[in-house]
Amino acid sequence: MTSIAKPPVTHPSLPKNALGLTRRDYEGAMSTLCAGCGHDSVTAALVQAFWELDVPPHRAAKMSGIGCSSKTTAYFMRQSHGFNGVHGRMPSLATGANAANRGLMYIGISGDGDSLSIGMGQLSHAIRRNVNLLYVLENNGVYGLTKGQFSASADIGSTSKKGDTNDQRPIDPVLLALSLGATFVARGFSGDKAQLVPILKAGLRHNGFALIDVISPCVSFNDHVGSTKSYRYTREHYEELAPVDFVPMRREITAPEASGGAMSIAMHDGSVVRFRKTGDDYDPTNRDAAYAHVRRHQERGEIVTGLLYIDEKTQDLHALNRTTATPLVDLPYEALCPGNAALQELMAEYR
Amino acid sequence: MDPSDVSNPRYYHKVVDCQWGCPAHTNVPEYIRLIAQGRYTDSYMLNRVSNVFPGILGRTCDRPCEPACRRGRVDGKPVAICRLKRVAADLRDDIKDRLPAIPEKKNGKRVAVIGAGPASLTVANDLMPLGYQCVMYEKLPRAGGLMRYNIPAFRLPAAVLDEEVNNILDMGVDIRFNTPVQSLKALLDEGYDAVFVGSGAPKGKELDIPGRWDTDQVHIGIEWLGSVHFGHIEKIEPRVLIIGVGNTAMDCCRTSKRLGGTDVKVIARRSRPYFKASPWELEDAEEEGIEIVENHAPKRFVVENGTLVGMEFEQLEWTEVDGRQKSKVIGTTIIPCDTVILAIGQDNAFPWIERDIGLAFDPKWDMPIVDKATFQSTRPGVFFGGDAAWGPENIIWAVEHGHQAAISIHNHCQGIDVAQRPADGMNLVSAKMGMQAWSYHNDYNPSPRAQMQHEELVKRFSNVSVEVELGFTPEQTAREVQRCLNCDIETHFTSKLCIECDACVDVCPVNCLTITHDGTTEAELRGRLSAPALNPEQALYTSAALPQTGRLMVKDEDVCLHCGLCAERCPTAAWDMQKFELIRAHAGGGVA
Ligand SMILES: Cc1cc2nc3c(=O)[nH]c(=O)nc-3n(C[C@H](O)[C@H](O)[C@H](O)COP(=O)(O)OP(=O)(O)OC[C@H]3O[C@@H](n4cnc5c(N)ncnc54)[C@H](O)[C@@H]3O)c2cc1C
Ligand SMILES: Cc1ncc(C[n+]2csc(CCOP(=O)(O)OP(=O)(O)O)c2C)c(N)n1
Ligand code: SF4
Ligand code: SF4
Ligand code: SF4
Ligand code: SF4
Ligand SMILES: [Mg+2]
Repeated sequence: MTSIAKPPVTHPSLPKNALGLTRRDYEGAMSTLCAGCGHDSVTAALVQAFWELDVPPHRAAKMSGIGCSSKTTAYFMRQSHGFNGVHGRMPSLATGANAANRGLMYIGISGDGDSLSIGMGQLSHAIRRNVNLLYVLENNGVYGLTKGQFSASADIGSTSKKGDTNDQRPIDPVLLALSLGATFVARGFSGDKAQLVPILKAGLRHNGFALIDVISPCVSFNDHVGSTKSYRYTREHYEELAPVDFVPMRREITAPEASGGAMSIAMHDGSVVRFRKTGDDYDPTNRDAAYAHVRRHQERGEIVTGLLYIDEKTQDLHALNRTTATPLVDLPYEALCPGNAALQELMAEYR
Repeated sequence: MDPSDVSNPRYYHKVVDCQWGCPAHTNVPEYIRLIAQGRYTDSYMLNRVSNVFPGILGRTCDRPCEPACRRGRVDGKPVAICRLKRVAADLRDDIKDRLPAIPEKKNGKRVAVIGAGPASLTVANDLMPLGYQCVMYEKLPRAGGLMRYNIPAFRLPAAVLDEEVNNILDMGVDIRFNTPVQSLKALLDEGYDAVFVGSGAPKGKELDIPGRWDTDQVHIGIEWLGSVHFGHIEKIEPRVLIIGVGNTAMDCCRTSKRLGGTDVKVIARRSRPYFKASPWELEDAEEEGIEIVENHAPKRFVVENGTLVGMEFEQLEWTEVDGRQKSKVIGTTIIPCDTVILAIGQDNAFPWIERDIGLAFDPKWDMPIVDKATFQSTRPGVFFGGDAAWGPENIIWAVEHGHQAAISIHNHCQGIDVAQRPADGMNLVSAKMGMQAWSYHNDYNPSPRAQMQHEELVKRFSNVSVEVELGFTPEQTAREVQRCLNCDIETHFTSKLCIECDACVDVCPVNCLTITHDGTTEAELRGRLSAPALNPEQALYTSAALPQTGRLMVKDEDVCLHCGLCAERCPTAAWDMQKFELIRAHAGGGVA
């Protein structure tokens, strides 16, 4: 909480994007999260990504469930559509909304509790259906909103603020998504926007389900010594994959292609995700290699971050179901509701 | 890069733009907050410590603080700092019992003070409470200097002037009116421990062009205004030309309008952006129907049969050559008139200072050589200040010179080297009162700058002494005080507490903050901040290395609103809002 709302003035050198908007125009209500919560930084990264992509706010829909993380949809793009549903049900809501209106850009925000406990089945099926949705999982290892109980992502041996040790196996959303066939899988850290913003942009432009697991420390209940999701622990065990640059479709690619091992992946809308060269020859299009890489580092106690896996050749929910290319709102009434004769014809097929 | 040293009072002082810009370093934000709380007398007294004449300056100050004011960089218009000062002065209670006590027993030192203008009065104001005996010599029958006999009463009512001047004279100053000092040598022979020369720049500049001496209808601006003040002049002809476009010209043209001038024109050599008068003075003159004529250079006075009938001018065109303005004559024109007032500047004149008393004059300008820091001439014990020191300035500079000269006089009389100046100090106290609660009002008020209400024209022209500005209404005051951004409530950072959560960076409404790797130079760092810091006049704060990553917290001070959101969002109180108070050195006090 803050005592005042953000004053409506900006720095004189604050730049504008192609729509004539500043970053400030992509903000939402004042956050009521705890001071220093990682989720607020993820919000700031989202604001930056939307601004850089020139997203028209009224063409986006923000979906969420319950949790501190789920509250963050209120804190960006105040002009956008949105639905804040019950705990763990955001994937269904997003699937339904996307099925009805494929013309909007969907952003789902969830937490490790919302996604990996009560909403685990929902998440799994949204991945399976490849709903065209940016799915940001703000992962802090606890149920923040209900005062810090271990969540399903808590590591074995990590301790609660009061000192209890967690003995149950964690669910890693990245490994889960890879094994369920997700077409875009990444991990970021709220404290590293330089890495997170391009990944968010690529995820928004991905044609299908994009899961981004963001380590987002809970300062109030999980930032102590003994936590494996604190700011300090995350920084000390951070293992960054090749950094990515996101080159939007409209911008001419003038910079020379990074040579020797760097990889470029074209997205369906013509944008390009470019992986900068690093020492190892990691291949972000090889699902099994990605899985093995994450596991190998996990074994060593390292947290791998970056865009881990991307597949731009698959079909999203609409293509899989061969739906109409027109959002339902734009269909004429006669097409949406073809009348009794058409109904009778359909019914006859079942007799 | 080296971390910023915020233990040096200069760092935070510079953030308080108005206070930094004020020659006397008046604590503006604090006096504005006192007005907001209805504590007008406290606000007045706080002003008085620095600028001595809050009622006078609240109406007439040149207000260098306002172009400096941060609010101007935020929404285009500075806080009406000067006119809020007037609010405190107008609404305060009697302050007699709050003036400094004057010791019965004197310290045995006698100081001669020449002139009774603001510089001299400030010297007396600072020395009397320390037990000095001040003997003040004034050529004219009244005290106040140019504030008295040149600034017209429609801008500065006599009652306001009287009270503030008398507050000083009543400290027991031995004032000798109608006593011009005619020989400094003779005065020094009287055995004073120190002498302060605050005699101003009393000579108006001449314009020696053809026709000048063929008519008696040409006046020197400051002399003419003086004659109006003393009642020697009560009327003027209908058509008046004022030559020059500085402060004196503005007062001459507006006074002419009140004495019968119907067609009054101010003639300027250059175009508007180069005028000496402030924009608000020009606006006030134009509101009174005065025409301002640009790019005209005087050529001759047109006198027919001993009567002035007009003035001939060269019409100029200005172009920029190598960054300098160059003029070209593109024609001539005659503007008819009955009277001309010359307002093209003032000179110093020291016919009464002998050149063989060890007080050196600059041969080129024929001005005494005065040290910029100590205000001492080359003759130890003789000090200069105000317009007498380096030529015409304004009241607030005269006051500051007076303060500094008083420090020197005190040192000199106590046997301390005048160059050994007492140091400025500071207080820094947390403004935190509880969770998200501060000892100041941190919210931003988007109101536009208050517009001064003016007396209607008919009433104004009825009498020279009808005050034009009516002051702010209570509603205007209430809003205007809220426009102040509390620049003295500083964002104070403690590097070792920061966990680099980015909360402050993300919440700052004006993108002041950045956490980034160390830079090679400040210029390089300025380019890669959350919003590029393009105003090099304003400091960049750089922290010590942060504990987790070794990066730096960098703050661009340029447009920080002092809203406290960074501190409210900081989980570890690495940012705190702390109230900065500059403790200025003064005669008999300072931080050793
Ligand atoms: C028309 C006009 C309008 C102005 N308006 C403003 C304004 O709005 N705001 C502002 O800030 N400034 C204004 N100024 C400038 C301001 O008035 C001066 O800068 C300021 O008064 C200088 O103060 P001072 O103490 O140095 O000298 P002065 O005010 O000039 O006082 C010097 C005193 O010394 C006396 N004196 C001179 N010689 C002797 C002698 N030999 N013996 C004894 N006494 C002597 C003089 O009679 C005079 O009283 C204006 C000036 C003019 C001319
Ligand atoms: C159906 C239902 N069950 C339980 C709850 C209680 N509850 C509220 S938030 C929450 C967990 C939130 O954890 P997470 O999604 O990790 O969000 P965080 O607050 O940590 O960001 C729970 C169990 C609820 N609101 N609704
Ligand atoms: S409880 Fe934790 S997750 Fe919730 S707002 Fe506070 S810091 Fe963030
Ligand atoms: S905003 Fe207030 S404190 Fe800041 S410079 Fe202006 S008057 Fe001074
Ligand atoms: S007080 Fe803090 S949050 Fe507010 S403008 Fe200044 S730096 Fe930004
Ligand atoms: S909010 Fe506090 S702890 Fe977080 S980055 Fe800013 S100063 Fe550091
Ligand atoms: Mg959680």
